[in-house]
Amino acid sequence: MRIPILKLHNYLLISIQIDLDDQTAIQFQEDLLSKIHESGSTGVVIDLTSVDIIDSFIAKVLGDVVSMSDLMGAKVVLTGIQPAVAMTLIDLGIHLQDVPTALDLEQGLIKLRQELEE
Amino acid sequence: MDFQSCVNIKKEWDIVGARQLGRDIAKKIGFGTVDQARIATAISELARNIYLYAGTGKVCFEAIEDINERGLRIVAMDEGPGIRDVSQVMEDGFSTSGGLGAGLPGVKRLMDDFDVISRQGEGTEVRVVKWLR
Ligand SMILES: Nc1ncnc2c1ncn2[C@@H]1O[C@H](COP(=O)(O)OP(=O)(O)OP(=O)(O)O)[C@@H](O)[C@H]1O
Ligand SMILES: [Mg+2]
Repeated sequence: MRIPILKLHNYLLISIQIDLDDQTAIQFQEDLLSKIHESGSTGVVIDLTSVDIIDSFIAKVLGDVVSMSDLMGAKVVLTGIQPAVAMTLIDLGIHLQDVPTALDLEQGLIKLRQELEE
Repeated sequence: MDFQSCVNIKKEWDIVGARQLGRDIAKKIGFGTVDQARIATAISELARNIYLYAGTGKVCFEAIEDINERGLRIVAMDEGPGIRDVSQVMEDGFSTSGGLGAGLPGVKRLMDDFDVISRQGEGTEVRVVKWLR
């Protein structure tokens, strides 16, 4: 299964709507990096509103995607993390401290614009 | 509603299957969304460990319905290589696979009761319980 990546001006938008298995998560990581490369996008929003579980593997993939995109020159913002998911991540001991987040897609886009203007 | 059901872990997709079934059972028992997420996450960690380190195994669920206690017991068992030093793998950040090493210590925090029985060369059994409050 592949997660669709939409392009909007200089940004890439992704809304994860499925229960992520490991293979799909890894595939998404690859797809996003090549999409950043070919489109020259400077900002990415990954919306997690419909994701109701993030375990240590998915957390690692998401954290890695943020650092890898950063290396390529694109800022990533994660949006819409559910309260239950946030609590579970803290129990797991995963703080995603260096990862920019925002409440929802709209706030995510605002955050990106601010970061890219700085 | 007293049942015991198991999911065999053989391929990667079974990790998703196990956590989805576990979440459904947790919901039926009456757990709220936060505990459902905790339970599903714990199952995901245990099932992935089986898949990664033992190859195959199973995850079983049992609804606990005593007069004064209700909860969900999850048992993850395999006949893999076993864990040499259980206290070491319970340290945050210890991993033999380049993972975050958050799995087992994380499961312990996500659940209420936690036990690991492991013998080298014989396998591993992790038993956890979440109580309904
Ligand atoms: N079922 C098992 N059989 C054999 N060894 C295991 C088993 N489960 C865990 N281990 C060992 O314990 C270590 C720690 O496991 P833990 O789940 O805490 O972290 P991890 O799997 O390495 O990383 P993460 O879960 O954060 O991705 C593993 O690296 C592995 O060596
Ligand atoms: Mg693990």
